[in-house]
Amino acid sequence: MEVLAYLIPISLFLGGVGLVAFVYTVRSNQYEDPEGDARRILSDEWDDRPKP
Amino acid sequence: MTAEITNTAACPGCIASPAEPMRPAPKDAQIALSLPGIHCSACISTVERELNAYPGVFDARVNLTLKRAMIKAAPDIRAADLIPVLEGAGYEAHELDPGALSATQSDKAGRDLLMRLAVAGFASMNVMLLSVSVWSGATDATRDMFHWISAAIALPAIAFSAQPFFANAWSALRVRRLNMDVPIVLAILLALVTSLWETALSGEHAYFDAALTLTFFLLAGRYLDYRTRAVARSAAEELTALEVPRAVRLGNAGEEEVAVSELSVGDLILVRPGGRMPVDGQIVSGQSELDRSLLTGETLPVFAPEGLNVSAGEVNLTGPLTIRATAVGEDTSLHRMADLVAIAESGRSRYTSLADKAAKLYAPGVHILAALSFVGWYIYSGDIRTALNIAAAVLIITCPCALGLAVPAVTTAASGRLFRNGMLIKDATALERLAEIDMVVFDKTGTLTSGTPELTNLADHAHADLEIALALAAASSHPLSVALTKSATGAGIKAADVRNVTEVPGYGTEGEYHGQRVRLGRAAWTGGDERSQTSAWLSVGDQAPVAFLFSDSLRPGAAKAVQAFRDAGKDVVLISGDTEGAVEDLAGRLGIQSWMAQALPQDKAARVTELSNQGRKVLMVGDGLNDTAALAAAHVSISPASALDAARVASDIVLLGNDLSPIADACDTAVKATRRIRENFRIATVYNVIAVPLAVAGLATPLIAALAMSTSSITVSLNALRLR
Repeated sequence: MEVLAYLIPISLFLGGVGLVAFVYTVRSNQYEDPEGDARRILSDEWDDRPKP
Repeated sequence: MTAEITNTAACPGCIASPAEPMRPAPKDAQIALSLPGIHCSACISTVERELNAYPGVFDARVNLTLKRAMIKAAPDIRAADLIPVLEGAGYEAHELDPGALSATQSDKAGRDLLMRLAVAGFASMNVMLLSVSVWSGATDATRDMFHWISAAIALPAIAFSAQPFFANAWSALRVRRLNMDVPIVLAILLALVTSLWETALSGEHAYFDAALTLTFFLLAGRYLDYRTRAVARSAAEELTALEVPRAVRLGNAGEEEVAVSELSVGDLILVRPGGRMPVDGQIVSGQSELDRSLLTGETLPVFAPEGLNVSAGEVNLTGPLTIRATAVGEDTSLHRMADLVAIAESGRSRYTSLADKAAKLYAPGVHILAALSFVGWYIYSGDIRTALNIAAAVLIITCPCALGLAVPAVTTAASGRLFRNGMLIKDATALERLAEIDMVVFDKTGTLTSGTPELTNLADHAHADLEIALALAAASSHPLSVALTKSATGAGIKAADVRNVTEVPGYGTEGEYHGQRVRLGRAAWTGGDERSQTSAWLSVGDQAPVAFLFSDSLRPGAAKAVQAFRDAGKDVVLISGDTEGAVEDLAGRLGIQSWMAQALPQDKAARVTELSNQGRKVLMVGDGLNDTAALAAAHVSISPASALDAARVASDIVLLGNDLSPIADACDTAVKATRRIRENFRIATVYNVIAVPLAVAGLATPLIAALAMSTSSITVSLNALRLR
């Protein structure tokens, strides 16, 4: 059962990473246009380099 | 844009400090356009390419979810310059008010709910992981440790994410009332307290996971609900007001542009052709024609000589007019019309939504059930710990997870579907009310018809006459001239060589053709006879004048919408302020049996109220100021985006595009949506009927609670998704 001493902190840490990532996406306005973003990846424009 | 928002948000001092008189240097223009027609990735790239190619536009970005484009451009670029560009590419566009827009962009409440939702979600995942280990056989010290870790996660997470429920429940309790949030808060708190107690005594069952999943599912429902409503409300507010915000005042120093609110009685105001009257007044100089369709529904332009009284909201068509203001602000006829709306709205019976009805039954029921099982078990076993555990289990299992999702999930799906068809639901209960209608009342001008005239007798004229008429019409921006030009050029006619063409405001255009005087204009001026139908006359020299007849063109989809309503067995009525002939003609064209002409705004509202009193559920579709009171009086109302501000405010649903046909589909969707809501309530009830007896009998475990809660919430959401 000693393995729990590692596993529980790891699971908590991974959950925390997920939460932080989500908070980051909210703060950087990544949910403003979900439908448009889903379509934009199909477009050929800006495939080679990111939009300035 | 993003940077600006974060900067202001990061600096509370900037907001707190008194606003300094800022004189911004000519800043880049921020333009927002509503694009009801876009739907795919090709649309995105076409619109962005067209806009970016326009000189002066720095950056344009389309938001497909909100169906709008945000444009950064040089200061002198206006939305009116860009709309024709997009229309040329085949996309309908309307200007949005960027001022109202900035308020919704930094959507604090929505973000706040989303954060709480995320915290509840991640916390419940972690706790669920620990709980599963307990359910699958962890015992003794291991189980206690897992429970303590769960508690350490659950307590702070709930303290943060369940705050909206605490606040709502508290405000309801303070005024001694019960709402849906009271049993929710009670369930969450009781679950935490008994679980802590059990954990401290090394007990077997802890409900930390249940408390967290409960919060998570309920927050999801809240967020959906909030999003649907906030998006619709803000989008409706952003449609730029049609009322003129500025007017040209003729002062001692010449012309000056002032805000309409600064005008006072006695001011001289210049109204250019195409402009709207900002105030009530009298014409002191100039001659023109006035379009009163938005106020009265008349399609025929009215001749406006010197001395005529004009009302705010009328549109000046041909010549510049100088008017002396006789009433400004609140006293204008525009505002008196708004008073009518207030009266109509006070008469509208308040509609109780299905969710409210459910909550009214549900909240007391749950409390009584929980209290009874507590008392019953206390009497039976004499052990307060067992009794409290069972009461908590009952509360958790009955907790309205599925009920909280039942309505928002359906309305989100339905509003999303309607939004894709170009309709905006402004009011939360509008869908439910739309599902109940059995009668549709249409306005004519601007609703069933597009308000622009169409030449009807092109074929009756000699080729030579048409060439002269086209030459004269092309020189004027009068709506009839524009219509004539459009259909004549469409028929491949070339303009004749007419010289010295001049426009005589209020009368028509005049010119010289092979030494003869030619005129195109009003009957009295050209020597024609007055007719009831909209007409323009062409006189060539001394020959008898010939008449060009016009009728109002149908709005696209109007015939389809009327037909769909008739097929669905709903009564269709046409009520208009226009003349009898015009209304009868349109009613005949669309196959509407029941119609009423020359209706004053009061008549319209009175008719709608009368119908409602007879027990009919009326859907009113209208756009003019004269419809506003009727829109407010009807059971549910729809207005097109081109409608006057007041009409859009008074209606529950706004039609974004030009096409009327989505209205009939909307009724269909609304009926389906209410059916789904009722189904969802039934599904939620079935789960309760199965799980509650177990809980009351003391057989419920945290595992059963988690299963019941999750499966019912998921079934309800899936059922709602069938609407999309």
